[in-house]
Amino acid sequence: MSQTFTLDGKTIAFEPGQTILQAADAAGVFIPHLCYHPEFKPHGSCKLCTVKVNGRQTASCTMRAMPGMAVESDTEEINAERRALTQMLFVEGNHYCPSCEKSGNCQLQATAYHLGMMSTHYDHFFPNRAVDASHPEVLLDFNRCILCSLCVRASRDVDGKNVFALSGRGIDTHLIVNASSGRLGDTDFTLADKAAEVCPVGVILKKRQGFAVPIGERTYDKAPIGATTAGEAC
Amino acid sequence: MNAPMNPRKLRITTTSLSGCFGCHMSFLDIDERLLELAALVEFDRSPITDIKHCSQHCDLALVEGGVCNAENVHVLRELRANAKILVAFGACAVNGGLPAQRNHLDVGQCLSQVYRTPDGSATAIPDDPELPLLLDKVYPVNEVVRVDYFLPGCPPSADTIWKFLTDLLTGRTPRIEHPLLKFD
Ligand code: SF4
Ligand code: SF4
Ligand code: FES
Repeated sequence: MSQTFTLDGKTIAFEPGQTILQAADAAGVFIPHLCYHPEFKPHGSCKLCTVKVNGRQTASCTMRAMPGMAVESDTEEINAERRALTQMLFVEGNHYCPSCEKSGNCQLQATAYHLGMMSTHYDHFFPNRAVDASHPEVLLDFNRCILCSLCVRASRDVDGKNVFALSGRGIDTHLIVNASSGRLGDTDFTLADKAAEVCPVGVILKKRQGFAVPIGERTYDKAPIGATTAGEAC
Repeated sequence: MNAPMNPRKLRITTTSLSGCFGCHMSFLDIDERLLELAALVEFDRSPITDIKHCSQHCDLALVEGGVCNAENVHVLRELRANAKILVAFGACAVNGGLPAQRNHLDVGQCLSQVYRTPDGSATAIPDDPELPLLLDKVYPVNEVVRVDYFLPGCPPSADTIWKFLTDLLTGRTPRIEHPLLKFD
């Protein structure tokens, strides 16, 4: 028999061991998230999935569901904090969506739309990280990386290749390629790798595939992020 | 819109700083709704009028483009000083836009790269004082003056602009959501 907690007043059933985010997901309730992916262990870096549990904020991707919890998610207060976090991610990188091949298919952008983000608000960092075009089939633009580590986890845990890693400290933390040259072309990375498809933003891009999907038919043109399969927006 | 009888017309000023005029074109894309708008507003300094300087007491300033040179700063400050509400209009005004992709380059090197003599042996960077100097970087509008509203999009669509303006003109807080909210 499954147990329950409440999420914004709605009763959610869960199996012991599930996180709040997993249980909400299974119940068809959207909680914004960027670094969580159902196939991998949670990472807890983006903090977009923050909810209030019994009055205290916590990451719903790492917090186990417990019977009788009172969870708040879709509130003005929490959405305002999520918006601020999204703005921080935008100013930390160079997110020029008008020329980004991921535009319309990007989870960061779609999350910003979902949260009604009209501006980047903070002063921009304008980082300068060199693009890696050494691989014949894939291009890396590190200036859009949100350090979600999905590519790291996919390459290590699924592909067994350990192609990517996070390196450095503080604002200098950045994604690196595990090759003595530091170049993707000098690894055994291929397009068939799981890591080639998990990036939620426009860092890991297939070459010669950009702008193939007409505007209006991209993922988030058709339905906003968080819209359920039934087509109803969260 | 149901306009009250003989209301004072709102004064709108618009400018393009380091813009491409695309946001203004998208504004004109509201098509015949421009006539409806003309009944409610009058245009002050704008690329579509002949007024050289913004007059005092403008109600609304639409600023297209980021801030890339000294003249942009002067124009932006003039609009800010005279307009009650200043809007960062379009992606370049909001975050510098695609022109800000020069921000990791040295501006001197950019100029010497572009203004080489035909045989490439020397550079001839224009140095007439008439010309405004480039800033070290392209800045979003809100890093130079205070901004009241942001309207993203490259450009914002005509329907987005119309929704935004009609919200403002009827005294509502502008509210742009999916599918009108776009950054690209
Ligand atoms: S990665 Fe996403 S948010 Fe960043 S520029 Fe590309 S589309 Fe925009
Ligand atoms: S490259 Fe993409 S998947 Fe990898 S850490 Fe950066 S944003 Fe995440
Ligand atoms: S999804 Fe929970 S912190 Fe990123």
